[in-house]
Amino acid sequence: MSGALDVDITVRQGAFETRCTFCAQDGITALFGPSGAGKTTALRTIAGLVSGAAGVVRVGGKVLLDSAQGIDVPAEKRRVGFVFQEGRLLPHLSVAANLAYGRHGGRGPSGPALQNMAERLGIGHLLERKPRTLSGGERQRLAIGRALLSDPALLLMDEPLASLDPARRVELLPMIEMVRDEIDIPIVLVSHNVSEVARLAETLVVMDGGRTLAAGSALEIFSCFETDAVLGQGEAGALVEGEVTAIDSEFGIASVDLGGAKLELTQDGFAVGQHVRLRILASDVSLAVGDASAMAGLSIRNRLSAEIQAIAPDLAGGPYAELLLGIREGSLRARVTRKSLVEMELREGQSVTAMIKAVSVERRRSVG
Amino acid sequence: MSDTEIQIVLLSLRVAGVAILIALPLAFAVAWLFARHDFPGKSVAQALVMLPLVVPPVVTGYGLLVLFGTQGAVGGPLRDWLGVTFAFRWTGAALAAGVMAFPLLVRPIRLSLEAIDPTLPEMAQTLGVGPLRRFSTITLPLALPGLIAGGILGFAKALGEFGATITFVSNVPGETQTLSLAIYSLLQSPQGDAAALRLIGFSVVLALGAVIVSELVQRRLGVGSGDE
Repeated sequence: MSGALDVDITVRQGAFETRCTFCAQDGITALFGPSGAGKTTALRTIAGLVSGAAGVVRVGGKVLLDSAQGIDVPAEKRRVGFVFQEGRLLPHLSVAANLAYGRHGGRGPSGPALQNMAERLGIGHLLERKPRTLSGGERQRLAIGRALLSDPALLLMDEPLASLDPARRVELLPMIEMVRDEIDIPIVLVSHNVSEVARLAETLVVMDGGRTLAAGSALEIFSCFETDAVLGQGEAGALVEGEVTAIDSEFGIASVDLGGAKLELTQDGFAVGQHVRLRILASDVSLAVGDASAMAGLSIRNRLSAEIQAIAPDLAGGPYAELLLGIREGSLRARVTRKSLVEMELREGQSVTAMIKAVSVERRRSVG
Repeated sequence: MSDTEIQIVLLSLRVAGVAILIALPLAFAVAWLFARHDFPGKSVAQALVMLPLVVPPVVTGYGLLVLFGTQGAVGGPLRDWLGVTFAFRWTGAALAAGVMAFPLLVRPIRLSLEAIDPTLPEMAQTLGVGPLRRFSTITLPLALPGLIAGGILGFAKALGEFGATITFVSNVPGETQTLSLAIYSLLQSPQGDAAALRLIGFSVVLALGAVIVSELVQRRLGVGSGDE
């Protein structure tokens, strides 16, 4: 397998071993997990900042690390941009000089590229200022701009949003999406925020205790049981993507096609043809045996035919059971009580109707 | 001021200037070693560097005599191979001044090096910046306040050095008789009071000037980058 980015690394630091394995395509890959999971270590190893790492790192076919072949490209030759959690700005230089530092430490020509980058990141009016006078969000944008000006083949971001208050976070998210959409390089982002990951990630790598629990397409990984331990039971659920096919303005309802299955959403502001990514929590999905799609006398309108693909016991040993459901394209998660499981005689392979009580919209994008 | 007095001042400036110019890079290297590295015997090395500050200057002067005298363990080979002699020469006065000022140079440089965020060079690495460029764009500018503070303090100390100089290279007019030594000699002679006072006044002006210049330069640089 090979993609825009291939990572298979093992790092030993004292008694702690970090293993991280994934393949990513273009777009954003999220390294997700609790603190101490080894996410930052993995990121630093990809950048070449950790010595003695074993394994392979390839970016767009270029080998940066292959310990079996004795290849270990030094950090300054990897062309891997790194946005550190704390910004790491040069305190004695102006914003402009900090940006220019991305060009071979201030030696390369910058001029229009620098001005252009500053404008796009919304810091064009701050060029004369010193970093200490900037807000947290401005500092992060400066750090992103500086990394991008170094013309990287890969951009790494270590919790770029963690140090920001919610309002600044909302400002910076679209900036990261702009970078993703306008600059054609893979991005790897460390996060322990579920909604950030649900919104941004194309590829999801779930880590815990120095191990990679699951890695793959965000849509697949979000709904698999392995991620529940990291997400927490309350956050377990599925990500699905679809297209808005119709708007019923009389009732304020938008129809979304999920590869054959139809959902109705009430949120405003949709347009026909828009691509949407939706998150459906396991606790918001109820099950009915048989074909309930035509059943009258139910206020829940979103009823999808599904097949039970797997059943797992409640993680905490509580009264629930976790179910993985296959719909036409993609999957859903549902949580029912163990009592229902027994009384309804639910089993793997069975056809059911999934009734969805709530949906949150994580991403919407008009396709031009 | 008389020609002799001007000669004394010029000699003192040369001795102190040469002493600091040579000692400053060495002090930077030592400060870098202490600030960024751990090695066995570090505390002994730190104590050794600080020694001239605490030992009586006469003792330091005697130590220099033993090591760098014409028959000394270092002085002998230096004379034979490089033709550099210290005994009764202004070079010896500069060596004594440099050694006495060394601890005063190391300390502020070390403090400013320790205040540099150690993660900044790593950041520069990810931008493709090589080690030399990292040094000249991060370490050096951020250590500059310490270099200036240490340099000025050391220069003032070197200018006024007395004990080690007189012990090591004696009090030779025109060669090793720097400001302090000349003032001392003038005060010993009955007619010297007026000349001594002029030199005293001059050394006070010089010291004040040095302090003011260092303040101005530091302010101009916007030193104390102000973060955190």
